Amino acid sequence: MSQKDGPLSSCRVLDLTDEKGLFCGKMLVDLGADVIKIEPPGGDPCRNVGPFYRDIPDPEKSLYWLSFNTGKRGITLNIEVSDGRRIFRQLVERADIVIESYEPGYLDSLGLGYSDLSQINPGLILTSISPFGETGPYKDFKASDIVVMALSGYMSLSGDPDRPPVRTSFPIAYCFGAAGAAAGTMIAYYHRELTGEGQWVDASAQQAVASALLNARMHWDLNRVELKRAGPYRVGLSAQGKQLINFRCKDGYVNFVMFGGKTGAKTNRGLTQWMESEGMGSDFMNEIDWDSFDMARVSQDDFDRFEGDIERFFLTRTKSELYEEGSKRGVTIYPISTIRDVFEDPQLEARDFWQRVEHPELDATLLYPGPFVKCSQTQLRPPSRAPRIGEHNQEIYHNELGMSPEELVMLRQAKAI
Amino acid sequence: MTSKEVFHDVKVVDFTWAGAGPITTKYLADYGATVVRIESRSRPGLLRTTPPYKDGIPGVDRAAYFGIYNPNKYGMTINMNHSQGMELVKRLIAWADVVAESFTVGVMEKWGLSYEEITKIKPDVIMIRTNMQGHTGPHCRLPGTGVNLVGISGYAHLCGWPDRLPSNPYGPYTDTIAPRFGAAMLIAALDYRRKTGKGQLIDVSQFEAGVNFIAPVMMDYFVNGRVANRRGNYSPRAAPHNAYRCKGQDTWCVIAVFTEEEWKAFCEAVGSPDWTKDERFSFFLGRKAHEPELDCFVEEWTLNRTAEEVMALMQAKGVAAGVVETSADLHRDPQLKHRNHFWVMDHRELGSFSYFGQAAVLSGTPAQPRMPSPCLGEHNEHVCREILEMSEAEFDELLVEGVFD
Repeated sequence: MSQKDGPLSSCRVLDLTDEKGLFCGKMLVDLGADVIKIEPPGGDPCRNVGPFYRDIPDPEKSLYWLSFNTGKRGITLNIEVSDGRRIFRQLVERADIVIESYEPGYLDSLGLGYSDLSQINPGLILTSISPFGETGPYKDFKASDIVVMALSGYMSLSGDPDRPPVRTSFPIAYCFGAAGAAAGTMIAYYHRELTGEGQWVDASAQQAVASALLNARMHWDLNRVELKRAGPYRVGLSAQGKQLINFRCKDGYVNFVMFGGKTGAKTNRGLTQWMESEGMGSDFMNEIDWDSFDMARVSQDDFDRFEGDIERFFLTRTKSELYEEGSKRGVTIYPISTIRDVFEDPQLEARDFWQRVEHPELDATLLYPGPFVKCSQTQLRPPSRAPRIGEHNQEIYHNELGMSPEELVMLRQAKAI
Repeated sequence: MTSKEVFHDVKVVDFTWAGAGPITTKYLADYGATVVRIESRSRPGLLRTTPPYKDGIPGVDRAAYFGIYNPNKYGMTINMNHSQGMELVKRLIAWADVVAESFTVGVMEKWGLSYEEITKIKPDVIMIRTNMQGHTGPHCRLPGTGVNLVGISGYAHLCGWPDRLPSNPYGPYTDTIAPRFGAAMLIAALDYRRKTGKGQLIDVSQFEAGVNFIAPVMMDYFVNGRVANRRGNYSPRAAPHNAYRCKGQDTWCVIAVFTEEEWKAFCEAVGSPDWTKDERFSFFLGRKAHEPELDCFVEEWTLNRTAEEVMALMQAKGVAAGVVETSADLHRDPQLKHRNHFWVMDHRELGSFSYFGQAAVLSGTPAQPRMPSPCLGEHNEHVCREILEMSEAEFDELLVEGVFD
């Protein structure tokens, strides 16, 4: 095992997931595993999910597909026909992990549930990823990103109070579910390597998002206080009132959070002095003794006065000026970055975050987010191009399983591959 | 502790604070690792001094925010400026397999506990460091919290309404993303170490973790030059697709209709009133073009029903729908209950308190609630006497010397 191979370099994964689970396989790829994406003949339906390369809706050009399948190998296989199931069982014999996101019970109905697969390969880990889990009253519920975000408590905390609750404007519920599934899979894998025992990992996206609500739910659990969505304001962290944290500035928006205590004193005093030195001082803020400033005693009127004075100053500066100059002065102001700002961020650039991947079939080089962590010993694998439909059929079916070209033709005619 | 606990022989010294660090080590603690949290009595961490408190009365042991991320862990206080305190820390590092920390870059270095230094104490240690923006680069030392990171990583700008200020996902959201990556890598590193004897340094940037989730949006910018904006609940793939007001005080149900089949099922579920037969709504592009009007019709229908009724009627027809659950709703959600999502344990100060378990259920080696989150310094004696096997006299000396203050 060498450094560049990644910690999972001897691990083989079969990936049967759709958009609920693609990200799990991607994380295992990044960790060095050999992940084989199994698609139905003709390609995975989530190849039809946008955005697309140059807005051309083509199953080989889905940027959604490309970003969450980097580094996987790809074969087509129809497990709904008996020849396909036979091949699948052969693949399972040589695999360490199978990940799937079918409706609960679907694999069982094909004779390919955990009890069946574990007979073929007792050390196998089967990771099932679903909106609500494999068991329970909601297991057969129809879901999508927004439904999971609603039922997990996320949406009730997000959005402006006078409008409907909102999700984030891009789907992330299934990323939460799939990343949680990857962590669970790694725990099962660690156990497997110790003991040889496989097991079934049953991951719920609802639970993954429901565990990401920070301190909101505890306000209810302890004190029967229900936090409400507050838009650009911050609630639930200071004792009273709502505090604006997203401010307009000269070229967009910045994020500034007022804290009490030692943490807050430095930033609050720094900002007060900065405003004064630019001739935009606030009489109200100048009079505050920041060392003894107690957030719990700040009234809504006070918050409103901070808001007005601070915004007037921020409107004279750009995001980048407030961020960079603020950091020199020990004043914590962060840009509310647009997607373009994220791309141009100097910190990500300095850490070589963006990775170039050649796409000869598009005659293009595309940029991808880099590995999710950096390691000194087992570097994560940098992204490489996602598979085209059936790209590795020959490699797997012929080279590895020893099928003849004639058999492959016959299997294709039988709609198995 | 049963032999079925995956990490029963894994030992962690945990210097982390706030959200991302403790959530990462929770993955190990919930599966049986011995995790010793190191805290300061004179400067208790942020989550011990942040609401909500039990009965609204502030107190380091009454803060639920600390509690929620730290069940199944031991709690110890050490004065890091005390020479014997530092010796104690070094003994713990020598005992540990993993050292976890989440300070601003420079804090561990100031204590002489950089990765390089701790490998001198424990050559095969795995050190996991998680912070805002990673441990190299021009902004690696910038202070801040996840609330700021939600801004810089694009999430705030992509949440809310295009004609309003950016909204936010609730709280320091990236704190809840990074641990899934950090834990997966940490476990892979433990496996690698077991096989090769080699430890390593893991550098987690919450910023980079957050951006990994939005890769397709980033690529849409690289390739097509499109700068995504916040769009309420709009989806280019579905209509209706929104949260609709229901009967009751600020209660809502989401409905999401993607396919033609689902549209037909949706029309049946609402009882096929005239508006569902409107030519403009009979095809997907028509529904998208007249979505605000369609939303009004849908809401007219939902307003007379409770959110639970709407969800049940939709789901019965196979249409994706879900109640916008509040915190109170989560506590009575039958699915979460069935899945034992909440771990109710008795805590000395918090009382009967609902921790949360793990989102992935392992059939052979499930995560288990073993003990509630520690009070500040609760296990000083246990860790010294039972884990480090100190004599009573030695422990008493440290106590008198103020090592735990």
